[in-house]
Amino acid sequence: MKLFKKVVSVAAASAMAVSLLSGCGSSAPSDTYKIGSIGPATGGGAAYGTCVKNSIQIAVDEINQAGGINGKKIEYKFEDDELNAEKAVNAYNSLKDWGMQFLLGTVTSASSIAVSEKTKEDNMFQLTPSGSAADCVKYENVFRVCFSDPNQGIASADYIADNGLATKIGIIYDSSDVYSSGIYQKFAEEAALKGLEIVSAEAFNADNKTDFSVHIQKAKDNGAELVFLPIYYQEASLVLSQAATMDYSPKFFGCDGLDGLTAVKNFDESLAEGVMLLTPFAADATDDLTVNFVTKYKEQFGEVPNQFGADAYDAVYAVKAAIEKEGITPDMSVSDICEKMKKGMTEIEVAGLTGTITWDASGEPTKEPKAVVIENGSYKSMQ
Amino acid sequence: MSFLTYFINGLSLGSIYAIIALGYTMVYGIAKMLNFAHGDFIMVGCYVVFTVVSTMGLNPVVGIVVSIVICTLLGVTTEKVAYKPLRNAGSPLAVLITAIGVSYFLENAALLIFGADTKAFTSVIPWEGIILAGGALKIQGVTIITIAVSLVILIVLQTFIYKTKAGQAMLAVSEDKGAASLMGIDVNKTISLTFAIGSALAAIAGVLMCSAYPSLTPYTGAMPGIKAFVAAVLGGIGSIPGAMIGGLILGIIEILGKTYVSSQLSDAIVFGILVIVLLVKPTGILGKNVQEKV
Repeated sequence: MKLFKKVVSVAAASAMAVSLLSGCGSSAPSDTYKIGSIGPATGGGAAYGTCVKNSIQIAVDEINQAGGINGKKIEYKFEDDELNAEKAVNAYNSLKDWGMQFLLGTVTSASSIAVSEKTKEDNMFQLTPSGSAADCVKYENVFRVCFSDPNQGIASADYIADNGLATKIGIIYDSSDVYSSGIYQKFAEEAALKGLEIVSAEAFNADNKTDFSVHIQKAKDNGAELVFLPIYYQEASLVLSQAATMDYSPKFFGCDGLDGLTAVKNFDESLAEGVMLLTPFAADATDDLTVNFVTKYKEQFGEVPNQFGADAYDAVYAVKAAIEKEGITPDMSVSDICEKMKKGMTEIEVAGLTGTITWDASGEPTKEPKAVVIENGSYKSMQ
Repeated sequence: MSFLTYFINGLSLGSIYAIIALGYTMVYGIAKMLNFAHGDFIMVGCYVVFTVVSTMGLNPVVGIVVSIVICTLLGVTTEKVAYKPLRNAGSPLAVLITAIGVSYFLENAALLIFGADTKAFTSVIPWEGIILAGGALKIQGVTIITIAVSLVILIVLQTFIYKTKAGQAMLAVSEDKGAASLMGIDVNKTISLTFAIGSALAAIAGVLMCSAYPSLTPYTGAMPGIKAFVAAVLGGIGSIPGAMIGGLILGIIEILGKTYVSSQLSDAIVFGILVIVLLVKPTGILGKNVQEKV
């Protein structure tokens, strides 16, 4: 036991020495851009974190092979936070020791909010691919690639109105869930502006999420042509099957919470046919950018990437565009880089996997929402 | 016509509450304890049917039978292991707290075995239902069967209790445990039988509920269990026809409240009515007002 303790302490001491050394290394003028990222690579949410990790790698490799940014290469390092905000902060500290200049993370909202307290202190530029909670971008140095929760509501209403999908809308939402009710409120405001008529808006809550007969019947009685479902896929699968037994077949439209609908166990997939959802990324889209990304991802990692990866891939190109715009060089200090990035981000336009994106100083992206329709059990882009 | 549709939906939901409430009320009436794990017996019943029918691919009838058998065994075992040793403990609270513990135990065991993700339950009732009034009114097969099953159960239970020896023994135990055992009634056996019947009813309720609302999670039984408890209290706890009436009233109020008042406030309305009924008639609609004899 004593020996074991000794070994551990020696190991710890040497680890410290190494980190000290690397700390010295980072203070010397750097010749590469150092991008770090944090997300859950193990445990819950591993599918999200792994996809972000791999997608950033693909984008970084592409840029380096094409000669880097202004002739300088990118170095990239990913740290696992196990879906834990505390571990995310630790991961941030170790990335800082490594010499990180840009943080593309974190993947999930709670960790992202925790880390943004640190990046604000250090004035480190932070761009989260997928932290969708409103608070993720409350500081000036933080931007995001994905739509925020409330913005999904606005985007959905716009999409329905602009494409003339329907004028009479029924809504079924979860009043006990901040994601769902947040989208609902913004949707209702925007729908009023766009001249959409909400004929029924019925809520359920976490304790009563199996019986939707009343919600569906009211939408049906009030003549809703489209039912908006800003909810998660489990409940949506019930709504769809109950609507089918009630012989009601309006159009169904949802947000990214419906992602996963076709994977519900025992769910009659034919009921999902024709369901539309707003998701920033469809892996089977046929544009060159998507095909290139999905092919590379499949080759290297053997899986089909999800929307989190697409957001992360776009994040790398956004950083590249802002660096070029502002003439940022790797030898600048972290704080100087951040000041220039804050300005640069608002001036660039990135044509990415998730659409053509611009940013304003609040850190929120503006991009065309993309909608997909479920056909033969898989997503197909809507035009 | 849409009022009728809502009303029938309410009847269907109410029948499910009624079957669950029958189990609650029997156990309370005879063993004088609130089995808060009753709702979770429902969940266990559903998972058994799900496993037998969807995973093993057997006939739904086999699934229902297996589910009733397993729930009955579970009920009897729970009673033997968790409740019986505490039946003579000083405070009746001991058994109540144990029941809550059993409830959490079952939920977490299900989480461990089946995981947290929602399973889509395949309805065991293939009947589409009937269409009335030229298509304006559609009554689903599961709705009709649920209502019919609850009525059959009510009649069978009433007959059982008033016409058979075992039923008479239950009545005797519910009146006075001590006197019943002096008369040669095996109190433990009678209580076991009560739990067996109550748990079998939970299995039936579970199958019907998951056929009507095809979603299954480890927490599926929790809220309906509490609502059914409210129904049992509303109808007069301990009274079998009372549980039936309480369940139906509760289901109809819940659906009509959701429809005509507010879908967000439906639970507040349901529990509000419970408060009012208890203020006006503390023993519930059909509850017996037993006077303490000195």
